Amino acid sequence: MDKPFVMLVDDETPFVETLLKRLEKRELNVLPTFSGQEAIEKLGKNRNIDVVVLDVKMPGLDGIETLKEMKKVNPLTEVIMLTGHATVETAIEGMKLGAFDYLMKPCDIEKLMQKVEEATGEKRAHEEKIREARVKEAMSKHGVA
Amino acid sequence: MYNGEKRRSSYLMLFIKNRIGTVLIFSVMPLILVSGIILYQFKASHYEKIHAHLGTLVKKHKQNIDSFLNEKLGDIHFIAEIYSFHELGNETFLKEKLETLQQAYGPVFVDLGVVNSHGVQVAYAGPFKLGKAVYSDADWFKEAMKREYVISDVFLGLRGLPHFIVAVRKSVNGDQWVLRATIDFAAFNDLVENIRIGETGFAFILNKEGDFQTKPLMDVIPEKGPYMDLLESDTKEEVQIVEKEDELSGNNIYVSAFLKNGDWLLVYQQKASDAFSAFTKALRVSVIIIILGSIGTIALAFVRFKNMAHHMEKAEHERRLMNEQIIETGKLAVVGELAAGVAHEINNPVAIMVEEAGWIEDLLEEEEFKESENIAEFRRALKQINTQGKRCKEITQKLLSFARKTDSKIQEVQINELIEEIITLSAQRAKFSNVTIGCQLQDGLPVIQGAHTELQQVLLNLINNALDAMEKGGGTIDIKTRLNKDHIVVEIADNGPGIASANLKRIFEPFFTTKPVGKGTGLGLSICYGIMKRLGGDIEVQSVIDKGTIFRINIPLKKYIGEKQDLIM
Repeated sequence: MDKPFVMLVDDETPFVETLLKRLEKRELNVLPTFSGQEAIEKLGKNRNIDVVVLDVKMPGLDGIETLKEMKKVNPLTEVIMLTGHATVETAIEGMKLGAFDYLMKPCDIEKLMQKVEEATGEKRAHEEKIREARVKEAMSKHGVA
Repeated sequence: MYNGEKRRSSYLMLFIKNRIGTVLIFSVMPLILVSGIILYQFKASHYEKIHAHLGTLVKKHKQNIDSFLNEKLGDIHFIAEIYSFHELGNETFLKEKLETLQQAYGPVFVDLGVVNSHGVQVAYAGPFKLGKAVYSDADWFKEAMKREYVISDVFLGLRGLPHFIVAVRKSVNGDQWVLRATIDFAAFNDLVENIRIGETGFAFILNKEGDFQTKPLMDVIPEKGPYMDLLESDTKEEVQIVEKEDELSGNNIYVSAFLKNGDWLLVYQQKASDAFSAFTKALRVSVIIIILGSIGTIALAFVRFKNMAHHMEKAEHERRLMNEQIIETGKLAVVGELAAGVAHEINNPVAIMVEEAGWIEDLLEEEEFKESENIAEFRRALKQINTQGKRCKEITQKLLSFARKTDSKIQEVQINELIEEIITLSAQRAKFSNVTIGCQLQDGLPVIQGAHTELQQVLLNLINNALDAMEKGGGTIDIKTRLNKDHIVVEIADNGPGIASANLKRIFEPFFTTKPVGKGTGLGLSICYGIMKRLGGDIEVQSVIDKGTIFRINIPLKKYIGEKQDLIM
């Protein structure tokens, strides 16, 4: 399996920078962004992003709004909500909108790694299914099957 | 506290004093005024009546005495008229006449005598041996020589006994002679002495010189008192009435009338207090009624106002208590908001710190550091940072759950089921602490509207606190539920060490804890408080040192609807 391509979204620059270093050390491809708007733009440009680690509480576009936009840009990309908020409600709302899971801040790096890998697996499985479906379709179109 | 009590009681006294003053003015004053006016009117009319009565009395007696004297004079005059000097000069004949008079009038006539123009008694009939007595120097004789009739003043005379003389002068052939009779003093005296009214009313007669003509019943000194004024007055009125202060006997009323053509003065005197005793009685009764009435009114007012003041004080106390509660709630709300803000703001830096520590940990994995002699110490320090970071997270989470809005779903909760569930949850811990948990749950309690997780949190928190308190010595926890009107009461009682009263007041304040540093956040009970208030319920605590603590939560059956619901955040 290819290394997961992860995008970090958080307005706290030091947090993003440190997490970036730690995840890169764990041999992930990481793309840091510092606002919801920036993240949505970058997601449009990098179609191969597997997982987005998204902070819920941000100035400007907040986590939930960003999540909605992202799902429009690239529905396949999995999103892990990162919340400093004690309210589980927001995280649950996020999951209803298609987020993969949520984690509490500050989170254990190992836990995060685990979630990222699970999410990547999920996404790639999803992509695989789509590819298979397309192959089937192409084959039926050309009368192979 | 003591000062407060003192101030309150003096405030109470002031209140009562003010009100009692008003009551006095508006209830007792009219009473006094009305009684006063009535009494005044009564006094005036009573005085008038008494004066009229005494006036009539004295007038009647004056007429009596006058007619008595005139009658006696008439009798003597009659004898002198029909019998001649010679007939009467015969002592036997004179004696006969005296007997006739005594038969007709009783012993009023003491004796009879015939006196010639030289004042020598030529004939005498009576019990004394007064024959040939010489009266030429006697006042009555001199008077008789001038006037035809004489009634003398009372005098002792030759016989040394008080008496008075009735004399009639006749002239026969230019020669003058006088028939005199002695009137018994006692008989006359009785006439006057019989005038007795009340206890102090009596009468007597004075002559022009102020000498007594009758024996006064009580001590009277003619020079003192108004007697001389009365004697000298030349009023046209038949009867004079005066009232005068006397240093001996107080206020006296004097009624006088002239007798015997102005020679004598009949004086009736009585102590005013005695004369007006009916008025005095009425006055006394009304004064007693006023005093009793006033005392009654004041006493009643005092009791009523004391009650009123007591009620007011109670209301004031309740109001103050409520104010305190409102302030307390407000304080908690402000603290809650502040805490929520702090929690949010703290969480991010803590996350960064923990992340940075993690990064250092990651770097330590690299070869070059592996040989460092302090590697173990680095690891320990980083682990500590991580642990403390997690502790911060826990605190901020609790703070937020204290302050957050109701995010949990409101659903129907059967409190007894919830409690049993929680007892099961706590059973393991209780076993280790050597605590037994008992419960008396009232059957058939209605379901309540609330968030399952929140109620769970409250109950769990209270049970955990009890378990913490009894961790060392063991004990029992009793959980009771019952329905009380429109709310369910849940009591969680332990028999642990209890809570000091100083701590009891602050127990629901955020961050207030008695647990050692690092053990408790001081948020548990303030979260419970927040949850119960949002539910429209209440949480209270009672504790006795060494006896135990009871937490009581009241959960309303109807969901509380009000602005306070979103009080926090």
